[in-house]
Amino acid sequence: MKPAPFAWHGPTSVASAVATLAELVAGGAHAKVLAGGQSLVPVLAMRLAEPDHLVDINGIAELDYVRVSAGGDHAPAGVTVGALARHTTVLQHVEANRVQPLLGQALNLVAHATIRNRGTTVGSLAHADPSGEMTAVLALTSGSVTAVSVRGERVIPAAEFFVGPLESSLAEDELAVSAFFPAAPAGSGTAFVEMARRHGDYALAGVGAIVAPGAAGDGSVGGAAAPVTVRCGFLSVSETPLVLDLTQAWAAGPDATMAAARAAIDPGDDIHATAEYRRHLAGVLTVRAIRQALDAMGTEAAA
Amino acid sequence: MTSDLSIVAPAQTRRTVTVTVNGVRRSAEVEVRRTLSDFLRHDLALTGTHVGCEHGVCGACTVLLDGLPVRSCLLFAITAHGHTVTTVEGLGELRPDGSVRVSPVQQAFRDCHALQCGFCTPGMITTITAGLAANPHPTPQQAVDMISGNLCRCTGYQNIVEAVLRAAELMEDPDAPLPDEGFTDDPGETDRVGAGSAAGDVAGVGSAGGVSAARHTRGDRG
Repeated sequence: MKPAPFAWHGPTSVASAVATLAELVAGGAHAKVLAGGQSLVPVLAMRLAEPDHLVDINGIAELDYVRVSAGGDHAPAGVTVGALARHTTVLQHVEANRVQPLLGQALNLVAHATIRNRGTTVGSLAHADPSGEMTAVLALTSGSVTAVSVRGERVIPAAEFFVGPLESSLAEDELAVSAFFPAAPAGSGTAFVEMARRHGDYALAGVGAIVAPGAAGDGSVGGAAAPVTVRCGFLSVSETPLVLDLTQAWAAGPDATMAAARAAIDPGDDIHATAEYRRHLAGVLTVRAIRQALDAMGTEAAA
Repeated sequence: MTSDLSIVAPAQTRRTVTVTVNGVRRSAEVEVRRTLSDFLRHDLALTGTHVGCEHGVCGACTVLLDGLPVRSCLLFAITAHGHTVTTVEGLGELRPDGSVRVSPVQQAFRDCHALQCGFCTPGMITTITAGLAANPHPTPQQAVDMISGNLCRCTGYQNIVEAVLRAAELMEDPDAPLPDEGFTDDPGETDRVGAGSAAGDVAGVGSAGGVSAARHTRGDRG
């Protein structure tokens, strides 16, 4: 239960970190980036991975930020989270949560406060766990991850970032420096619900929802037929974060919505729950999330 | 950008780590794979921090890093270099005569018999100390959530939850009497049976939580 020996590198700038990664990768070394360590260190302790080198980015102060953009000519509205911003920092950032309420709604469910004090939001994205709340939020909001290497910088959309369970499209020499979560659409409502055995445990299943006034609607829900667009993101029921457009299904009613969600997911069995139970749960949680999001519509002041 | 070898961070396998622990600057040269929990216990001989699962699940190794609770088994000592750490040994208050006054949370654990084997206790106490700093007046449910990341193999959770509430009470009034104090000390004074409304609330919480552990540990009120 002790990590295997490794060599440690403590860069204090992004330029130094990516130069270090490039040098190590060019030399054929197995290098990993260490940020909060709440996922990586257990993996090292159980010796599921034995990298030769760890590039510890905890000393790179320039990556410790949360920036909120109201939108304009050069940048879309949303929240940019630096690679060293802890979950707690993002959770407590009032302006960020006003612009994209899903951040706080999901972060409240990420492990325990003690873990959130160290764990980083970008690190959890790079870990690419399909049971992770923030992976689901990035996918649901159509966010992106910005990666830097000595070869340059690239912006990777969520749909291209998650390629498998615990597998991202980051190259070995790339450092994920930030994640961008677009603002919730004007007049929209959001919700994030999950079922876990204990508060803070991994969810058996979870669903995030964004409902927004439809193209023909003005946002004032005048009757049952008021058109809304419905998007849901799922966790723990697929190999990569799954996002579904359930607008048509919701127009047909809750039962149709549950059926549509259950038909689209691919949950697995484990000691915590059967696939069948997860499928059932995902359907129930989908309707619950949509209803909560509808309740929040209008009360959540979008940017 | 091109690779600039002059800015490559050098590889290190051993390093002198300096941490301010409980107000004292401490240094030791360690392997870089040394976790903060092992650093505290093996290198600094501060064995109050317990190590259970070593992968961040049990919470026994929780310490305060710059005032916030963290799992010391999930942090390399080298990452904590230059930072401030508070362990369970540092929570009491040193009196001028050299004796130590235990902290409100520690006193509450004693009052509520919130430990059996004591293995989880240091992590519970550091977690609750930080939890109450953030939320000085937790509801019973918030008290449960506060310790949901810490495992107690003795399953003494009822008393630990009571200790959270008792500690909140002690932080407000260090002399807050125990719920049964008036009853045992002075059974004649019926108006002291409840020992004040705050204490009565604590006892009520125990009852609401099912079988009240308080009834077994503090004597039957009825």
